Amino acid sequence: MREITLSQAVNEAIAEEMRRDGTVFLMGEDVAEAGTPFKVLSGLVEEFGTERVIDTPISEPGFVGMAVGAAMTGARPIVDLMFGDFIYLVMDQLCNQAAKQHYMSGGKLTVPMVLRTNMGATRRSAAQHSQSLQALVAHIPGLKVAMPSSAYEAKGLMKTAIRDNNPVVIFEDKLMYQDKAPVPEEEYLIPFGEAHIKREGSDITLIATSSMVQVAEKAAEMLASEGISAEVIDPRTIVPLDEATLLDSVRKTSRAIVIDEGHQSYGVTAEIASRLNEKAFYHLDAPVLRMGAMDVPVPFSPALEDTTVPTPEGVTDNARRLCAGEMIDAA
Amino acid sequence: MAKAKTNTEDYLRMYAQMVRIRTFEDNANQLYLSAKMPGLTHMYSGEEAVAVGICEALTDDDRITSTHRGHGHCVAKGAEFKQMFCELLGKEEGYCRGKGGSMHIADQSHGNLGANAIVGGSMGIATGSALRAKLQGSDDVTVCFFGDGATAQGLWYEVMNMAALWQLPVIYACENNGYSEYTRTEEIAAGSITARAEAFGIEAHQVDGQDVLAVNGLTRKLVERARKGEGPFFIELMTYRYHGHHVGDINREYYRSKDEEKDWKENRDPIVRFRSWLVAEGIATEEEIEAMNAKIETDASEAVAYAEAAPYPDMSEVDMHVYAD
Ligand SMILES: Cc1ncc(C[n+]2csc(CCOP(=O)(O)OP(=O)(O)O)c2C)c(N)n1
Ligand SMILES: [Mg+2]
Repeated sequence: MREITLSQAVNEAIAEEMRRDGTVFLMGEDVAEAGTPFKVLSGLVEEFGTERVIDTPISEPGFVGMAVGAAMTGARPIVDLMFGDFIYLVMDQLCNQAAKQHYMSGGKLTVPMVLRTNMGATRRSAAQHSQSLQALVAHIPGLKVAMPSSAYEAKGLMKTAIRDNNPVVIFEDKLMYQDKAPVPEEEYLIPFGEAHIKREGSDITLIATSSMVQVAEKAAEMLASEGISAEVIDPRTIVPLDEATLLDSVRKTSRAIVIDEGHQSYGVTAEIASRLNEKAFYHLDAPVLRMGAMDVPVPFSPALEDTTVPTPEGVTDNARRLCAGEMIDAA
Repeated sequence: MAKAKTNTEDYLRMYAQMVRIRTFEDNANQLYLSAKMPGLTHMYSGEEAVAVGICEALTDDDRITSTHRGHGHCVAKGAEFKQMFCELLGKEEGYCRGKGGSMHIADQSHGNLGANAIVGGSMGIATGSALRAKLQGSDDVTVCFFGDGATAQGLWYEVMNMAALWQLPVIYACENNGYSEYTRTEEIAAGSITARAEAFGIEAHQVDGQDVLAVNGLTRKLVERARKGEGPFFIELMTYRYHGHHVGDINREYYRSKDEEKDWKENRDPIVRFRSWLVAEGIATEEEIEAMNAKIETDASEAVAYAEAAPYPDMSEVDMHVYAD
């Protein structure tokens, strides 16, 4: 199968959906000629014109609010938020407006929009350009949240998001844009709420999101060489969450570590761990462990930044200790 | 109170500060190009007369808030090369102990409340600093630097309204360099920018941001008036950035022509203009100026070498400073 980058996969997904459905349009800062600073959207303005690929001023609450209005009245906007960190600026439009329209109107109004943004530290971008804020929006009923872990997921999830009748937030890891993966030429969609078992195993389950899937897969390799068999699962969407697949795995392996790049406290890892505790408690041989980013603003200095995120070595070490029956003092 | 800038020493300091900014940026760019600097940075080169003209009208008690393109503001407000380069390289002796980097550099000792990686993110902070001055009966003034692109942020309109209602000692300084990232200002700003401030009853000025004396003269007057409670004020400074949006923005002809860049550099450079003026007025000779330039270059190279050799912060610092004691 051909291999393309995550960036190309997102671009293809959007182009295909824009060709298929004339109501889909894109807006955001420097999305047209510049194709975004990460060049993910290059070429789209040439095909679809500035009517459907719209450069906005630096007015995030303004254009996200406009996307909500356009979505409520018959369009399918895709809004590009240049950095995930800017989500704080648009929280009212996203959480008070987009998320609640369908419910407040008793099911009469819908907001079929996609907010695509990014996440991920270790790019030396410091505290306001490195955060992984998926937990913030996953907390709000009415929003769906997708976290692609490779080019394949990025394309399939984006196409599903565009066709979904709800506001969907997609977090792409900004360090993965140039990573290649096999992506079929034929059209495919990845349904929301279907986890993917990336690797089968029997001793411990590693549940990981986005780039943490790579971390978990590397850890699984290292563990295999020590005789520990790790299963790696990528939930792909954290809202909706495919609880059944996670529970089946944990009932089989009896141990789990949940890994996500958001801050560890009150995060995605805590939510998933607590569901496993509630629903698979009697199958567990060890406490479910959370591994998130350290609870500090992301520091600039490389010497500090690298210590704030989960690593394959850290996951391997924790998995080994859980399998040996040790207690681990998680923050 | 700011001193009247009428003597030779003041002119020479303004010149030196502009050259210090240019030299700092040339070295920072070199660090990036030789892969010695982590991450990206935004160069201030070309806009020196803005930061220097304004900051030379301020005292250390006056505050500024800065932007992602903040090295110029930091130098102009009195910062030292060594701690700045250390910060850019993420070293322990940096102004923020390596935690902030280029986009968050702050220098409390000279009243620089910090660069900001959120466009427009400092508008509330600057206005709040001015509110504090008024509440506490202090006569310091706060200058809020931001770009033309930042005028699209709604926050600015909220704080301008309050600043005008309460006559706060804040000066909004919009550095209009013609671009917001890869987009021309005309494409992102409707109508007139000065008229937006005027709509709140705020006195607004437009000034040639490549003319350090014009910038300094205007700012000195406004600072004096702001101290007396006649603020807030707005200044739009017409200027130009010589480099790309950030150091990695090298192929940029799709949004900005080489001819345009050449024209600004060759015909309107703030340092070249001021230098000829200093010589023509007999304030300095070419030899004296060359000697100043050379001294600044040596200072910068020494600071870079120092920063390169300086240690990173100890790993134990990673969870220090999340909460104050
Ligand atoms: C709220 C927010 N939106 C977008 C960005 C990304 N961004 C960084 S600088 C910039 C352009 C700023 O233009 P301007 O204010 O004119 O300043 P200049 O870079 O020209 O000095 C943008 C869009 C950001 N940092 N913060
Ligand atoms: Mg600008």
